[in-house]
Amino acid sequence: MTYLIVLTFILLGSAWLEWGLRTRVLRRWRRLLLALLIGGAPFLLWDIYAVAAGHWWFDSEQLSSVMLPFGIPLEEFLFFPIVGFAGILTLEAVRSVRGGPMGDEPVAAVSAKSDGADG
Amino acid sequence: MSYTLIAVVAVAAVIVVDLAVLRTRLLLRADFWIAYAIMFFFQLLTNGVLTGREVVQYADDSFLGVGNDVAEPVFIGSGRLFFAPVEDLLFGFAMILLILAVWIWLGRRGLQRTPTSGPPRWQTPIEAAE
Repeated sequence: MTYLIVLTFILLGSAWLEWGLRTRVLRRWRRLLLALLIGGAPFLLWDIYAVAAGHWWFDSEQLSSVMLPFGIPLEEFLFFPIVGFAGILTLEAVRSVRGGPMGDEPVAAVSAKSDGADG
Repeated sequence: MSYTLIAVVAVAAVIVVDLAVLRTRLLLRADFWIAYAIMFFFQLLTNGVLTGREVVQYADDSFLGVGNDVAEPVFIGSGRLFFAPVEDLLFGFAMILLILAVWIWLGRRGLQRTPTSGPPRWQTPIEAAE
């Protein structure tokens, strides 16, 4: 259960930012899912390779018994979207406090700091 | 290839992606480094639990430190920091930087650029606009 507890801690430890700092990441869920998919996939593939190559392995005693293909435990798979989500929340939380810019603002908004319709 | 070599190559590759491919240039922004510092702290904490309690174990010949097949992980030393291989820090840095760069890149391309984040709940929107 250790790994599941750690993942829950990461999720709860960052999810409050969505409410407390109004990060509005969940309301941009399509962008979130695509960023996690594109940015996380290479590292999941690295993980699969590393397990196959014997670079690291997992203690099954401390895991749920759910094993996914390529020898990846459920918790290890969940690590990627949960940590990625926490990272995006953290970046948007810093932007919430400091105001940015972060490089994704409309060209006019960088100076005017006003925002119009979506994209 | 060893974990060490892949980790170094991954960090270099993601730096090129951020600076030259997607041109998101998060590495040049203070806000990214503030966010990374927060994540770094929590990585040491959470990864320390996973590696210190040996949920994840490493082969001695795959990284710079001493593997779990040789000795129990130590808090600092033997190629480890907070029980975890120092390579884990490179893995985490590369993964976070790539995910955040893609997040910013998608927004810049117009995918759900809004609603934007902020202001914090302890500020009213009027205060934040001033």
